[in-house]
Amino acid sequence: MLILTCPNCGITAEETEFHAGGEAHLTRFGPGASDDDFEQYLFMRDNPKGVHFERWRHVYGCGKWFHAARDTMTLEIFGTYTAQTSTVPQNIIDKITDRRPDWQPPETA
Amino acid sequence: MSEPISALNGATYTQGIAEISALDPIGMISIRGDLAAGYLKKPLKKIAGVDIPAMRGINMIGGKGIAWMSPDELLLICPYADVAANLEVLHKSIGSNHALAVNVSDARAVFRLKGAHIREVLAKLAPVDTSPDAFAPGMIRRTRLAQVPAAFWMVDGDTAELVCFRSVAQYVFDLLKTAAQPGSEVKYHSH
Repeated sequence: MLILTCPNCGITAEETEFHAGGEAHLTRFGPGASDDDFEQYLFMRDNPKGVHFERWRHVYGCGKWFHAARDTMTLEIFGTYTAQTSTVPQNIIDKITDRRPDWQPPETA
Repeated sequence: MSEPISALNGATYTQGIAEISALDPIGMISIRGDLAAGYLKKPLKKIAGVDIPAMRGINMIGGKGIAWMSPDELLLICPYADVAANLEVLHKSIGSNHALAVNVSDARAVFRLKGAHIREVLAKLAPVDTSPDAFAPGMIRRTRLAQVPAAFWMVDGDTAELVCFRSVAQYVFDLLKTAAQPGSEVKYHSH
């Protein structure tokens, strides 16, 4: 059971009040992109064992989207942050490196 | 004109550890937009007689009030008969600004829970910390009740009010009755 804090309304609740929205920080490739880029964007997802960034929606609460950084193996939540960003905020990276000193931030997070 | 009648037409349940009653229709106007904008703030203050509440807050005085629903959404609560007039005031004030005010009164059902054990009745159904420290009068919580969305707030220490969609009114009433059945006190929050 994950316990998430929605950064939009400040409510901390367990995961049944939220809905997972898949991998975060995807770069969109739309019309005009190469087939390879489009395929990558549309179908290919990371499935890491360890630190992962995800989109979540507070579906039974304020209804807003946000981002969460968590560990897929231990289910530890490192933090949640606004959906209005295409990069991982520094304070989240700091929290992760605090807990996982060997972890390297993704280059194009 | 036809009489507005609530989904459960005033059904009550008094045999359990909390008294549950389906209330007659109340007026509810859903408002979305920039909550700091004057064209929303001013008419709302005039209609409800209270300020726009802070995050997760609800300000109610005598059947009228405003509830915070999300960073860009409010719920204006008023007598059922006043909805049309209030909507007109809001629409006039909003004008061509990017905001929305819609009458949702008939889309909702309202329940009142009364008794010493209402905090645990709610806690059995929603993933919410209902302890007096975490959930006090003046706060509203949008969440789920078993399988359906709902929002509730404490009116005072022994009374809570709850809104849900009208289409699930019977389901929510049955849930509340089950959670409040005789002998089901948990006594987690003292009493």
